Amino acid sequence: MFTALRRYAIENELLYLFLHNRIAQLAALVALLCLGGAALAPWIAPYDPYDIASIDLLDSLLPPAWSEDGDTRFIIGTDDQGRDLFSAILYGTRLSLLVGLLSIGFASILGITVGVLAGYLGGRFDSIVMRIADVQLSLPAILTALLIDGIARGILPRESHDNLMIVVLTIAIGLSLWVNFARTARASTFVEKSKEYVQAAIIMGMHPLRIMVVHILPNILGPLMVILTIDLAVAILLEATLSFLGVGVPPNQPSLGTLIRIGTEYLFSGEWWVVLFPSLTLIIMIVAVNILGDFLRDALNPRLR
Amino acid sequence: MLTFISRRLLQSLFVMLAVSLIAFALFRFVGDPVAQMVGQETSIEDQERIRERLGLNDSIPTQFVRFIGKLASADFGYSYRTRQPVSEMILTRLPATLELGFVSLLISLLIGIPAGIYTAIKRGGALANTLLVTTLVGISIPTFVIGIFLIYLFGVKLGWLPTFGRGDTIALGWWKTSFLTLDGLKSMLLPALTLGVYQLTLTMRLVRAEMQDVLKTDYIKFATARGINYRSLYFNHAFRNTLIPVITIIGLQLGGIIAFSIVTESVFQWPGMGLLFLDSIRYVDIPVMSVYLVLIAMMFVIINLIVDMLYFFIDPRVRLASEAN
Amino acid sequence: MALLEIIGLTVKFPTRFGNFTATNNVSLEVQAGEIHGLVGESGAGKTTIGAAVMGLLQSPGYIGSGSINLAGENLLALDNNQYHRVRGNRISMIFQDPQTSLNPLLTVADQLIETIRQHSDVTADDARTQAIQLLEETGLSDAKQRIDDYPHQFSGGMRQRVVIALALCTQPELIIADEPTTALDVSVQKQILALIRTLAKDRGVGFILITHDIGVISEITDQVTVLRSGRVIESGDTRQVLMQPTDNYTRALMAAVPRLEQRLHRFNNIVTDDSIIDGDDHWQVDGASAKLASDWLLSGHQSSDTGTTASTTPVLAVKDLEVTFQSGQPGWFQSRSGVKALSNINFDMHAGEVLGIVGESGSGKSTLAKSIVGLVDPSAGELRFRGQPLPPGSKRHRKHPVRREIQMIFQDPYSSLNNRLTVEQIIAEPIRFYKLARNRAHIRQLVASVLELVEMPQRAMLKYPHQFSGGQRQRIAVARALVARPDFLICDEPTSALDVSIQAQILNLLKDLQEAFGLSILFISHNLAVIRQMTDRLLVLKNGKLVEISNTDRFFREPAAPYSQQLLRETPSLSHLNAR
Repeated sequence: MFTALRRYAIENELLYLFLHNRIAQLAALVALLCLGGAALAPWIAPYDPYDIASIDLLDSLLPPAWSEDGDTRFIIGTDDQGRDLFSAILYGTRLSLLVGLLSIGFASILGITVGVLAGYLGGRFDSIVMRIADVQLSLPAILTALLIDGIARGILPRESHDNLMIVVLTIAIGLSLWVNFARTARASTFVEKSKEYVQAAIIMGMHPLRIMVVHILPNILGPLMVILTIDLAVAILLEATLSFLGVGVPPNQPSLGTLIRIGTEYLFSGEWWVVLFPSLTLIIMIVAVNILGDFLRDALNPRLR
Repeated sequence: MLTFISRRLLQSLFVMLAVSLIAFALFRFVGDPVAQMVGQETSIEDQERIRERLGLNDSIPTQFVRFIGKLASADFGYSYRTRQPVSEMILTRLPATLELGFVSLLISLLIGIPAGIYTAIKRGGALANTLLVTTLVGISIPTFVIGIFLIYLFGVKLGWLPTFGRGDTIALGWWKTSFLTLDGLKSMLLPALTLGVYQLTLTMRLVRAEMQDVLKTDYIKFATARGINYRSLYFNHAFRNTLIPVITIIGLQLGGIIAFSIVTESVFQWPGMGLLFLDSIRYVDIPVMSVYLVLIAMMFVIINLIVDMLYFFIDPRVRLASEAN
Repeated sequence: MALLEIIGLTVKFPTRFGNFTATNNVSLEVQAGEIHGLVGESGAGKTTIGAAVMGLLQSPGYIGSGSINLAGENLLALDNNQYHRVRGNRISMIFQDPQTSLNPLLTVADQLIETIRQHSDVTADDARTQAIQLLEETGLSDAKQRIDDYPHQFSGGMRQRVVIALALCTQPELIIADEPTTALDVSVQKQILALIRTLAKDRGVGFILITHDIGVISEITDQVTVLRSGRVIESGDTRQVLMQPTDNYTRALMAAVPRLEQRLHRFNNIVTDDSIIDGDDHWQVDGASAKLASDWLLSGHQSSDTGTTASTTPVLAVKDLEVTFQSGQPGWFQSRSGVKALSNINFDMHAGEVLGIVGESGSGKSTLAKSIVGLVDPSAGELRFRGQPLPPGSKRHRKHPVRREIQMIFQDPYSSLNNRLTVEQIIAEPIRFYKLARNRAHIRQLVASVLELVEMPQRAMLKYPHQFSGGQRQRIAVARALVARPDFLICDEPTSALDVSIQAQILNLLKDLQEAFGLSILFISHNLAVIRQMTDRLLVLKNGKLVEISNTDRFFREPAAPYSQQLLRETPSLSHLNAR
């Protein structure tokens, strides 16, 4: 009885559900703020943390402005080198998001292309791709990323390694996440291919590539969007973890993970702010993305209603 | 059953072969193995002699076959960094990682599964909603942040628990265990919790999602319409039907636990394989890297084989289909 | 006192469009031993009534007003735990699809014994004995051997018997059967209906039988309630209501039911499709009209008919056709084994003819269609189209002219249109692809005109498929097939997913188009009554083999093959209402 209703506008329905979901709205707002802060960091940050000239070691490890020893120049204090923590966090978020988005972009393009082709063509191509995915799945994402990073260290000379670190990280994280996209795209393509509108296009004699792009791809975007969002959170998390482990971005361009890593060294001597604020930023950002992912998944999954 | 398992074994073999190939490529092509082994002052002739002795001048396929032969006979070569046999290094660190992983898996399943069932049944209830929000935060906090927080709270502020290393262990042959001393158990608590929290939230969310799907099926509706009591409805009818996807994911999670033990071990300076691997990455210690890789893949393959066999016992459709063959 | 008494039941579902009233002030009574039919088209609220009686309304639905009394006791006054004790014990339910209504991980014995012991204090052994007796009673002859089997080891019909045994095993007073035979073939349907009849009579169980199928209603119910959009239209003795309906809707509904015993020129007294397509009524594309479409389509036909083919050449000739499906994946050590989906199929089809293909599920009807359009490769045999050999799909060039000349209309209008394209894009696609129009304006004009030809407003082209009802979507699908200017149309169960009143409209439309453009149509259906209305000749398939080819009129008078006779006998018919 509700089939007619349920089929009504996936887009409109999504919008409707979003407008009636305060938590999702809040999450979207937070995500936008993070994105905005990251994009505009060079203009809104009070200091440039990369500019060594502006840093004074005498300012190091100052507590937040509201505490007794605080300095009003640094709202949430400074780190061990005297960098303004707020500025460092803005720039760190910028770096973390940049790596996260780039690697997800890389993973999704690779995964969706391979997955749609495998699901549509089937046969040998499909089984080869799925075997590769099996191998890849037997190596957890963080391990793959670490491994690729390790290989890059082995191949690239030290200096260029630091410069290329963002590229290496993007490829490492991207390669460790493409399988999710490929599997989802393949399974959805498989379902769509058996539907009658695709059969009609095949009967017409339409070129397979055109069928995949015009007919199948737009119809499988829903589940892919869910993976995209959820894996964006995973990518940010991976980048932070790699940086925390000291194999991520070089320390002169600290990402959130690097800031936390630096902060832990001072946690036990009482300088809690150095670790707390970057951690909070990271967690809030990932929670927001995850809430959006959950929202999308529930909204696009008719079985849950 | 036999064909079923033999097919699985064949697939596992393929995976292992592929991973060994990666490991071999790592070993052979990332950096020059000879340059890593010898000092700067060794002459070119000496290097060439070593090269010849190691068989590095043979054809690549021959080298690969030899590499696999060595792997199979547990001859893993020497670490570039410490000059120790890799097998020895791994063997001393394996128990630490396995025990840590085991305890955190236990934590994640014992709490995660019941909590998942609860949130699926009491959908919309106050406690269920609170739990759900908690899990969302749970999967969003990076493992290392949880570790740092726990260390700060229980180690630094309260001073209740050790935050560093394994504490006292007792040796059972070559296996050093933390389970038999109080200090060892106390040292285990924080790292296991750190590692377990993420897996726990994952388990709970998964069990919940699967339960919700099953509760919507016709056979559950029919069982409800027959007045089957709720306890049997939820556990005997519904939960049993979620077991297959749940077991699959638990299998994958074991891999996740091993992988994230790298992070946990780094935070707690836990002397396990993860820490070893991390060091090998930092110092480009290729033999350790490649062996670690092969070992992880092997664990994964074994876990998957066990999972497949569990399917066999849970699902009559799989069982009977293979009997019919 | 009536066994079940529903008084003024109103069920509401809050939706984002406001409160949706699923049933509105519905009252009905069921006596012990009586089969009470609830009939209506989709959206009538039949299933909601069943769920409300079970106390299992899907959230967020709720009962706005009314009462449900079982043997005088108001069920709505019970709390959830008390209600749960009524379920199974006093009221039970049979679901539509036997494939999904049994727990796949428990044996039949497990499920039966648990249910029996849930409601009565017996030992496991006694429960088992009872269970075996019940299975035998529901027609499972080797119950003792099979009781420990798992559900997937039974065929569909056998599973439905197990489901019925499960519903019966606690000796309920009332059973709600929601479309209990819709997923089954006619032969099995006949047996299951007979079983329900017997159970009602022998055990004095009251049945509520929910169905969309008037044939089923006429076959076994004593009383019937006709519902539409959540309201009771009319209620009473089945024969009375079906033969002398007092309400216009019931009359129109009855007129729309295709009959086995006569061929109508057109269905009349049509129920109007009341789903509204909003937008400006007067929206039009310049110069577009049904006439334009019709002329354009006819001009296309003349050009293709002036070929060398004489009119005596069959438009389609099928010779020794065989299709084999590979079962599963090839093993490492064993060769592939195949299942023959079709074997030894021979027939000719003439230009302008409507040929029906009839058969139960698994008979190979759809496979035949697929091998003609090239979705499935035949393993042997030959197809000829207008005298020219038709290459198998994998070898058929993408530009092969037959890809335009043969078009297909599918069963499920919800899956046959791409939801991400507008109706204009959907219908324009074949025109563009086959390069049938001069320019953009011409394409737009044609799309609007063809829409009007299939009796849709032109403004429909601006919308997306999900904004239309099933019947409207099927019209769009017909339009998409037509704009390719085909000579040959394959209709694969084109109305099985639609309500009867909509089915009548689509069948009328197909008849009109066939007459106007002289199309050759291969019409596939499992429904003999529909086949009778639509076709000139028909062929009967069973398990991939040809059973009979016959002139349609002759077939329904005197079917030759024993299987055809059985098929005709088992198909529910309204004719006995006159005879009784």
